[in-house]
Amino acid sequence: MLHIDRLTLQLPYYQPWWKRRWATCFEQISLSLMPGEIHAIVGASGAGKSLLACAIMGLLPEGAKTSGQLVFQSEPLTPARQCQLRGRQLALIPQSLSALDPLVRSQRQVSWAARRAGQAKANAWKSAGQALAHYQLNDAAQRAFPHELSGGMARRVLTAMAHVSHAQLIIADEPSVGLDPRQRERVMAALKALADQGKAVMLITHDLRHALPIADKVTIMRQGQCMETTTARAFQGSGDTLSSGYAKSLWQALPDNAFSLPVAQVAASKEPNSA
Amino acid sequence: MALDVRLTHWLAYRLLRLTLVLFCVAALAFGLVMLSPIDPVDAYLGPQMAQVSPEQRALIAERWGFESPPAVQFGHWLRQLLSGELGWSHIYNQPVSEVISQRFSRSIMLLSSAWLLSVLVGFALGVIAGAKEGSTLDRVISGYAYITASTPTFWLGIVGVLLFSVYLGWTPICCAGPPGVLSQEVSLLTRLHHLALPVATLTLLGIASITLHTRTRMIALMRSEIATHAFAQGASRIDIAWRHGIRHASLPALTLAFASLGELFGGAILIEQIFAYPGLGQATVEAGLRSDVPLLLGIALFTALFVSVGNLIADSLYHLIDPRIEQGPL
Repeated sequence: MLHIDRLTLQLPYYQPWWKRRWATCFEQISLSLMPGEIHAIVGASGAGKSLLACAIMGLLPEGAKTSGQLVFQSEPLTPARQCQLRGRQLALIPQSLSALDPLVRSQRQVSWAARRAGQAKANAWKSAGQALAHYQLNDAAQRAFPHELSGGMARRVLTAMAHVSHAQLIIADEPSVGLDPRQRERVMAALKALADQGKAVMLITHDLRHALPIADKVTIMRQGQCMETTTARAFQGSGDTLSSGYAKSLWQALPDNAFSLPVAQVAASKEPNSA
Repeated sequence: MALDVRLTHWLAYRLLRLTLVLFCVAALAFGLVMLSPIDPVDAYLGPQMAQVSPEQRALIAERWGFESPPAVQFGHWLRQLLSGELGWSHIYNQPVSEVISQRFSRSIMLLSSAWLLSVLVGFALGVIAGAKEGSTLDRVISGYAYITASTPTFWLGIVGVLLFSVYLGWTPICCAGPPGVLSQEVSLLTRLHHLALPVATLTLLGIASITLHTRTRMIALMRSEIATHAFAQGASRIDIAWRHGIRHASLPALTLAFASLGELFGGAILIEQIFAYPGLGQATVEAGLRSDVPLLLGIALFTALFVSVGNLIADSLYHLIDPRIEQGPL
């Protein structure tokens, strides 16, 4: 559905005397997202995950320089096409709960998302109610303002906003952050249900353990580079089928596994990037 | 708590605060008048001052209670106030309450239309400028706002009179109606014609601050995560400004609109003076220049009441717009 071909993003920054420099945010990223699949992007903070989401949605700040190619449903995804498809074919579940408007009741916000996806006014209100009910948000929660909702409920409102758009590609940016295990499972199950409807879901997270139970494919990112893309099944046992050292040590460092920190390996894999 | 109990509590609290504010203003105004070089007996006698002997003056002063200490005089005045007696204005030869109500009924036309126009136009311009930050339209609007924000009221008033009344002759030069016509016989159209230039001057100046504050709030919103999320849903800038922007920007605009009532009053004093419009502002200046102490104190109290009620309205409107602000009575 979405093919990313050697995508590179550079953002300008300014040094004294207005010297413009370019910071490379990510480099030579190649990925393929398939319908019905959850593709997890795993990496530490600053790995370029969220910026990758922005690049796909076309929400990069002004002055950003990209190279490489994006192909969505076998047509190039140009800025004009991104603008056209945003909210209709491409949906983003943002990372922060402050993306909800604090002055607007949740059902109204979801109905706005539906209106922006091209639904008629009367229809949008109804489908907003249905979408919220689908995520177990009752009448009181539908009438509530965002500050009256719990973190998990607000997260489900954000998911409902992506759901109501009927988008084919859904990018969820850190959907499980700050949630207790039960709430996290509900949010993850909601994403799994979206994938089961035949949508492509890109799950951005820093926690490999949370992604693995529902993900089909996993891409490990590190400092703007794609370390490895593999199936979720590869992460088992001692991780011998993993090809990159970083992915392997990340897997082995998990408390459930060896809980080991291979010092030499980490130091060695750090060098080419920091240079 | 039941709604009516909460409402009563809230009202009682508000009224108590209002009374305290008014008491402080009364004390301060009274103190200032006591310190001022105004001699009420001189002011009362006016040109007949020369015909009155020092013994007679002392008699008047004694009758009026000027021998007693200031605190006693203040208490006396306060008792009069509480019984609804504001005193007698010697320059208009009318009770102070009547002067204020007459003058205010003329001023309110000028004040309310200028206030309403400047709030509505200022808010609309601010929303447009903020939504299109950096565009030519934004530059024109904020340029206009910066220029008018730094323009003195009286100067703009004088320029307005020179241009529209003297050179072009479109508007009358002064007053609330044509000279020599009884105020009861002035038609509505003529009244509006006389109001046009003062209202336009006050409005032009009032727009600036509301525009600038609304614009700042709009720019912050357009850069916020709320806007990014809306962009991700495929919203246009106009859509975001219309759906999210108006809600967010109306909070500072509302605060400013009601908080600026005092400023508007100040502006009206100057404007009424320039256009010789017989409103409350002009009466204030007259009362000050001709030492009409009861009228001056009455106007000070009335203005304080007017401004405090404005702030009270703003406070009670907040929670209607922003649900995060603690609920008021409703």
